Amino acid sequence: MTPRTLYDKIWDEHLVAVRSDGTSLLYIDRHLVHEVTSPQAFEGLREAGRPLRRPNAILSVADHNVPTLGREHGIEDETCRLQVEALEANVRAYGVPYLPLLDDRQGIVHVVGPEQGFTLPGTTIVCGDSHTSTHGAFGALAFGIGTSEVEHVMATQTLPQRKSKNLRVRFEGALSPGLGAKDLALALIGRIGTAGGTGHVMEFTGPAVRALSMEGRMTLCNMSIEGGARSGLVASDGTTFAYIHGRPLAPKGALWDAALAHWRTLVSDEGASFDTEVVLDITTLAPQVTWGTSPQWVTDIAGCVPDPAAAASDDDRQAMLRALEYMDLTPGTPIQAIDLQAVFIGSCTNGRIEDLREAAAVAQGRKVHPGIRALVVPGSGLVKRQAEAEGLDRIFLEAGFEWRQPGCSMCLGMNDDRLAEGVRCASTSNRNFEGRQGRGSRTHLVSPGMAAAAAVTGHFTDVRCLMGG
Amino acid sequence: MEPFTILTGIAAPLLRVNIDTDLIIPKQFLKTLVRSGLGQYLFQEVRYDAEGRERPEFILNQAPYRTASILLAGANFGCGSSREHAPWALKDFGIRAILAPSFADIFYTNCFANGLLPVQLPMEAVETLAAVKGPLTVDLPAQQVRGGGLTFAFVIEPARKAVLLEGLDEIKRTEANLSDIAAYEIRRRQEAPWLEIRTF
Ligand code: SF4
Repeated sequence: MTPRTLYDKIWDEHLVAVRSDGTSLLYIDRHLVHEVTSPQAFEGLREAGRPLRRPNAILSVADHNVPTLGREHGIEDETCRLQVEALEANVRAYGVPYLPLLDDRQGIVHVVGPEQGFTLPGTTIVCGDSHTSTHGAFGALAFGIGTSEVEHVMATQTLPQRKSKNLRVRFEGALSPGLGAKDLALALIGRIGTAGGTGHVMEFTGPAVRALSMEGRMTLCNMSIEGGARSGLVASDGTTFAYIHGRPLAPKGALWDAALAHWRTLVSDEGASFDTEVVLDITTLAPQVTWGTSPQWVTDIAGCVPDPAAAASDDDRQAMLRALEYMDLTPGTPIQAIDLQAVFIGSCTNGRIEDLREAAAVAQGRKVHPGIRALVVPGSGLVKRQAEAEGLDRIFLEAGFEWRQPGCSMCLGMNDDRLAEGVRCASTSNRNFEGRQGRGSRTHLVSPGMAAAAAVTGHFTDVRCLMGG
Repeated sequence: MEPFTILTGIAAPLLRVNIDTDLIIPKQFLKTLVRSGLGQYLFQEVRYDAEGRERPEFILNQAPYRTASILLAGANFGCGSSREHAPWALKDFGIRAILAPSFADIFYTNCFANGLLPVQLPMEAVETLAAVKGPLTVDLPAQQVRGGGLTFAFVIEPARKAVLLEGLDEIKRTEANLSDIAAYEIRRRQEAPWLEIRTF
């Protein structure tokens, strides 16, 4: 048999039919649903009088609009409340499993799915959310879809698809201490650009990827959409299986053994061909910081804001000039000289327990710099509980960080957690687009350790200088 | 869905690269429960100032572009989030075709679900068309964009073309495969029984 990639194998296993127009109908195993991109899909079903084919294949939770303070008193903002209420009414009407706002298991959909064992290797997973790519960390084919496709999956449990190209990313060498998956992701996007992966599924390989925890792999796959790829993949291995084992929705007993035997075959075969290969030597990689309004505009902590005069093309130069104006930065400014007013630690990129541990290790015994507002928002209620059991909340609070309830929060500010115009923020989220964290706000993407280092020093600082006492 | 065949209209040049979905429709308008009415918020943060006044320098605030039905843009249009609110807002404003060198994958797919035609053309062609005075014609059956005496051919996958030309409902099409889906589900239950979903 011709050697196949991991993507090829998952694709083949989910092929329901090839239609006369050449498109393929792919079976969808798992569907995550949140309040923002689902109301019109439920409405569409209702209008057409269509049933929902497999309510149990859905896991639903509200995350974008939820308050991170005082949620026991309900949602004050009316439009936010209406959207959450619409989700609750829809899931009730269609019998869809739902984690309510005050449930400990509630959180960002991409944190909750893996935590509950809903996310499994070799499955196809969709959600009306571009960061569905996160679940690729488990060797699942996971991708974001629009609301019309959400409705399509609800009605048919399938999606018409065209096969993407295979892209292999190989990280050579090992990460030095103080660096993590976020630095890998940013360095990669800096290299290939935000459209570099368009039309591709990216598989991440190399010793540094094998060495990553599941949290790290999720961070990496989460950002694959920022490199233009709809999906990222990491083949499952012992680390994956150990993470899944015993989770509430994971298979048990004999089913577990059968699953494991199959999952072990889900790797790219020796000699499988990839359409595109990217190799990145990370041996000397330093912590990454974005300076512009696209994740591809990134440099390392020892670098400077670049000069648009050096841009490759006129279009690039115009785009960079616009970004520098928006970000209020001057070419040649050292990254470490950029002062900040806000720090956000959280999101589906870096809101997991390991991320909070990394940030707390830097915050411990230090104080948030005067003039900085620093927010820590756990990715889920379970992350929050775990962090509190480990005393991380005390460390953050003593250092002057705010400790919040779980949700998307200041990653995009659909709730009240928004930045004011002109405020500059070090954020562990995934997008630094204009206005992302609030109209006129300025976002720099970094790792959790780098965000904490920025919080306690007031400007970007190499986290490695604050490590080891 | 409304079919797309031949469109003649005003084309507004917005020749930036990487126009992301946050820019097309900012998050505060994602709280809606319906698909309609988003056109007034299209490009909100660059179209209006903080007080809600129009910014005269923004292209869609200028005549004749207020009535544009075609948008000319730079590469990687629609990158970022999966929000279908982006094509909903474009369509509600009156845009039916976007001409750009490349599109982000999810946005591209979302266009077809809404009767919008994303046309891939090289940047030089987009720039040339931006300089044309008067309306452009986007001819889907002929796969051409015409204007100012110029003609540019474009490529589109036949299946995608059919969806737009006939205004096909994708769910209805897939329902023709319901027996395949049922057969697949039975087979999968035997081959991969661990995929059966447990409940909490
Ligand atoms: S945390 Fe941010 S990127 Fe992730 S799902 Fe929420 S809003 Fe989207």
